[in-house]
Amino acid sequence: MNAKVQASKKLSLEQKKRLLEEMLFARRFEERCYEAYVERKIGGFLHLYSGEEACAHGVIEAANPGSDYVLTSYRDHVHAIKCGVDPKAVMAELYAKVTGCCKGLGGSMHIFGVENRFMGGYALVGGPFPLAAGIAKGIQMKKGKEICICFLGDAANNQGTFHESLNMAKLWNLPVLYVCENNLYGIGTRIDRSTAVVDQYKRVSAYNIPSTQVDGQDVEIVYEAAVEAVEHVRSGKGPYFLELMTYRYRGHSMSDSNAYRPKSEERIWSDRDPIIMLRDRLVEAKEMTIEDYKKMDNQILDQIESEVIKFAEESPEPPLEMLEKYVLVENDPWVKGGRGGVN
Amino acid sequence: MPQEIMFWEALVRAQDEEMTNDPLVFCMGEDIGVVGGTYKATTGLYDKYGPERVMDTPISENGYTGLGIGASYLGCRPIIEIMSVNFAWLAMDQIFNTAAKAHYMSGGQLKAPVVIRSPGGTAHQLGAQHSARMEKVFMGVAGLRVVTPSNPKQVYGMLKSAVRCDDPVFIYEHELMYNMKGAVPEDEFFHPLEGSEVTRRGKDVTLFAYNISVHWCLQAAEILASQYQIDAEIVDLYTLSPLDRKGIIESVSKTHRALIIEEAEPAVGVGAEVMAIINEECFYELDAAPVRVSAVNVPIPYNHSLEKAAIPNANDVVKAVLKMFGR
Ligand SMILES: Cc1ncc(C[n+]2csc(CCOP(=O)(O)OP(=O)(O)O)c2C)c(N)n1
Ligand SMILES: [Mg+2]
Repeated sequence: MNAKVQASKKLSLEQKKRLLEEMLFARRFEERCYEAYVERKIGGFLHLYSGEEACAHGVIEAANPGSDYVLTSYRDHVHAIKCGVDPKAVMAELYAKVTGCCKGLGGSMHIFGVENRFMGGYALVGGPFPLAAGIAKGIQMKKGKEICICFLGDAANNQGTFHESLNMAKLWNLPVLYVCENNLYGIGTRIDRSTAVVDQYKRVSAYNIPSTQVDGQDVEIVYEAAVEAVEHVRSGKGPYFLELMTYRYRGHSMSDSNAYRPKSEERIWSDRDPIIMLRDRLVEAKEMTIEDYKKMDNQILDQIESEVIKFAEESPEPPLEMLEKYVLVENDPWVKGGRGGVN
Repeated sequence: MPQEIMFWEALVRAQDEEMTNDPLVFCMGEDIGVVGGTYKATTGLYDKYGPERVMDTPISENGYTGLGIGASYLGCRPIIEIMSVNFAWLAMDQIFNTAAKAHYMSGGQLKAPVVIRSPGGTAHQLGAQHSARMEKVFMGVAGLRVVTPSNPKQVYGMLKSAVRCDDPVFIYEHELMYNMKGAVPEDEFFHPLEGSEVTRRGKDVTLFAYNISVHWCLQAAEILASQYQIDAEIVDLYTLSPLDRKGIIESVSKTHRALIIEEAEPAVGVGAEVMAIINEECFYELDAAPVRVSAVNVPIPYNHSLEKAAIPNANDVVKAVLKMFGR
């Protein structure tokens, strides 16, 4: 696959500029989803990633997107796009159109882009932990050079699957990187009200898995930590756990008003916005002007409207025949005993 | 005068009364305390009874369900809310391997009087992993009582009986029914955990329903009466385990025709079970082969039109009845 040159530990200027654009695109994409949901173009549960952009972007940038395997929870649009899934196909999926990446069968919580090795968004908290270990096992069996990266929230770590998977991953030396997006809440329950040990990276030490906790709002810091983590896993040293401290701007899902969060806390985090921080650094370094940024923003807004939304709006719905199409694999000869079967 | 309240309010009232009545009653679940529950079923209880009796749990379904069962061994009366039945799959080990079997395998020494409440069903475009209908799974396991209330009065009275009952009771609620209104008596009352209820009297055909499908059948019965002069009886099978054999026999012996309306896929379901009971108990009463109206056997799709096509509705009931009558 498109193996990249060994990632350097620091982001290049060119990477920073591209990441700024990608993160801004992600933000505008998610905020447009919000509007589309209010307009009832998107249904079901919708979990937005606004505020957490540096996590997915910093980590996946340090890996080989499209080649390394990635999976996550229901908060999955941005991870998919960063892995290379076409934003138009993601939006069309949210619009439940047949041109969506899952043909309108999956929805927001179930974005899949297997061609880009985005192995899915899953709606059951904790479900992806063992799947990631399993994908890593598959890589190992096939003697691949890829790794598997599993992004999950802080509250997910209270599922048994977290501990079971860490144990197996270490025991069998599996090439899996667990990334904890610690946004301090599981729906409306603050982490210290659900979790005895608040620092998630500490919980991992019991399994002899190396782990670190870094600022998840600063994409440069995330990237640097992720380069080390990815190197560790890819070099055959087994699993790694990376905890990123972050914050979601919106409610847990569209049906959550955030009433349980103090406004003062929200302000502390929005003052450290991952996009604005990177932008200001680039402006300060005279690598771009505020006008350049505004132009970029306008281009993105225009692209989302004239390409992404347009595509989703104009695409057809899946035909009724599709209802029963993917329940089981079609025409598998073995259900009849193989090609030379008795029948 | 009975008061009209919503389904979720009936839940709050029942839990509040039971917590006042017995200091060993406590509630557990994800986001039930400070937030008051995803469907508001514990509104106000955290402020009234405090964090030791209204416990916000970690996302550890099998863990806290097992913990609740353990506490029930000592006479506590936990009311466990599992936010959605899709997450109850994770607690199946403790529900099936422990709660349903502790009394039996201890030769009657232990009791596990735990109440587990959870909403199932297909709501609006929640997708394959959030649209499970699991009643058939729970009702198939010995040692567990399963009730599935169709209105506020039932859920109020059943929850109260379930708290006091010494068996583990699973209350199967529905995501779309929490805002449904209905009359609940002002005086305290306890609803049976066994039996069925004739929701609408009729003479031509019986529609066996439970939970949300009772409401589809009520609509269907109106259409059948007004447009086709077919007088349908609706039997609300509010107890799925044990199923009310007597109620089933009585109604079939009267109308001689039976349809079972279930929200789940047909295989190994409520319909299959009721048909088996009819076969065993009153086959010769039948004027026509029983019919079930069920979901299409697929995981639930996200797309709204496909989702609607997967789940039965009142029109499907009408069509099935007309077909049975050769019309
Ligand atoms: C097994 C299971 N239990 C409960 C839920 C309901 N639920 C969905 S997200 C969530 C909170 C998860 O929090 P966290 O893991 O921190 O991720 P975040 O949403 O904050 O990104 C809960 C309780 C679920 N989807 N699956
Ligand atoms: Mg969280």
